[in-house]
Amino acid sequence: MTTPSILSVRALTKSYGELEVLKGIDLDITPGEVIAIIGPSGSGKSTFIRCLNMMEVPTSGSFQFRGSHVLPEFKDKAGALGAGTLRRKVGMCFQHFNLFPHLTVLDNVTKGPMVVLKESQVEAEAHARALLAKVGLADKENYYPSKLSGGQKQRVAIARSLAMRPDVMLFDEVTSALDPELVSEVLQVVRDLAEGGMTMVLVTHEMAFAADVADRVIFIDNGVIAEQGPPQEVMHSPQSERLQQFLQRFHA
Amino acid sequence: MYNWDFYTVFQSFDLFWHGLLTTFLYTIGSIGFGIVIGLVTAFARLSKWRLLRGAARTYQEVFRCTPLLVQIMWAYYALPMLLGISIPNWIAGLATLSLYVGSFYGEIFRGGINAIDKGQREAAMAVGMSGGQAMRHIIMPQAVKKMLPAFINQSVIQVKNTSLLYAISIAELTYMTYIVNSETYRPLESYSIAAIMYFAMLFPLTQFADYFERRMRRSD
Repeated sequence: MTTPSILSVRALTKSYGELEVLKGIDLDITPGEVIAIIGPSGSGKSTFIRCLNMMEVPTSGSFQFRGSHVLPEFKDKAGALGAGTLRRKVGMCFQHFNLFPHLTVLDNVTKGPMVVLKESQVEAEAHARALLAKVGLADKENYYPSKLSGGQKQRVAIARSLAMRPDVMLFDEVTSALDPELVSEVLQVVRDLAEGGMTMVLVTHEMAFAADVADRVIFIDNGVIAEQGPPQEVMHSPQSERLQQFLQRFHA
Repeated sequence: MYNWDFYTVFQSFDLFWHGLLTTFLYTIGSIGFGIVIGLVTAFARLSKWRLLRGAARTYQEVFRCTPLLVQIMWAYYALPMLLGISIPNWIAGLATLSLYVGSFYGEIFRGGINAIDKGQREAAMAVGMSGGQAMRHIIMPQAVKKMLPAFINQSVIQVKNTSLLYAISIAELTYMTYIVNSETYRPLESYSIAAIMYFAMLFPLTQFADYFERRMRRSD
C-alpha cells in the first residue's frame, strides 16, 4: 500500500430487517481520488454512499476514516470517531438539495461553521462569500432558496458543505432532480472541485461525466461491488453481462 | 319592549373588571404552563423510548377525551378525597386548565415538527450538527411557523375555557357576571357585557391569526 487511504471500508453490510441491501463491500479511497458509483436503482449505491458519513449506520463490517474507527461497536478503541466528528470532515450533497428554506443563501452556508465549529460571524461570512463566488452565486447571498433555480440551489448546497472545510465530499445523485439544461452548471462546480484535488465519491447517472471526471468507476449491483476500475475499462470493456446490460440502457 | 338598563349593571363595573383580570391571569398562566407541558409531551412522543411515548400518549388521550368541566370538578372535588388533602380551587383550576391545553398543544407541536421534511434534519446532520442543534437551529424555526395558526386557534379556545372555572367558584369573568346578575336581576345586560368583554379580548387574536396565515402563504 503506497498512500494511506482516507476512507477504508471492509465487509460492510447494511440490512433493514430481513432485507440485506449491502452484502459486504470493501473499498479504499485515497486522498484526492474521485470515485463514481454507478448501478441500477435499488442496487444499494445510495445506501452505500450514505454509510460513508453515517447517515445510515452500517449493520456490520468495519469503517475507518484516516485510520480511526467510526462504527459504534468500535467506539472504545483509541482514536475512535463519533458520527458527528466524521461528518465535519465528510460533507454530503443530496439529490433534493435540502437547503434551509428559512435562511438566506449566505446564512445557509454560515450556519454549520457557526453552530458546529463555533466560527465567528465575520469569519464564517467571509469564507461563505468566497465559496459563493467560487460556485458563481456571489450576487445571490441575500436571496431565499425559494427564489433560486434547481441548479442554483444545488450550487448553494455544495458551498454549504464546503464551508465545513471537509476532506471528502459525497454527492448523492446531485443532478437527478434537475432540469436537463441546469445539469451542466452543477457538474462544472463538481469538476472544478475534482481539479482542485478534493477527494470525492459521487453516485451518478451521468455516465459521460463519470467517465470524464472520475479516477475510478465502481459498479454496484445487488449490494456488492460487481466491477471496478478506471473509467475507460469499466465503461468501454465491461466484463460482466449485468454491467453490459446496464450500460447499454444508457447508450441507447 | 324591553327596557334596557345598563346603569344598574355598570354600578358593578369593578366586579366585571376584576373578573376580566382574573380570566386574563388564568389564561396567561395556563397557556404558559401548557406550552411547557406541550413541548415535553411532543418530544416524549417523538422519542425513541417506547415507555416515554406511551406515557405521553396516555396523558394526552385522557385529557383530550374527557370534558374539561368534568376534569375541573374531578380535580377539585374528587382528587382531594383520594389524596386525603384539600386542594385550593385556584391550584385545581390552573393545573387542570394547563394540563388540558398542554395535551392539545403537544399534538400541535408534534405535528409541526413532523411536517418538516426529514431532508432538513439530514442536511443539518451532514454539516456535523447534533440532533439537538439540528432541532434548535433548523427544524424548530421552520416548525414554529407551521404550528402558529393552530396554536393561536387553540389559545383562543383556551380563553373561553377559563369560563368553566365558575364551577369551582373562581372569580373569573363568567363567575363575576353570575354574581352581578344575581344582585341586579339584569341577565340581558350582565351577560351582554360579559360577551362583549370576551369578544374584545379574542377578536384581535383571531385577526392576527388570519393576517399571519395570509403572510405565510405569500412567503411560501
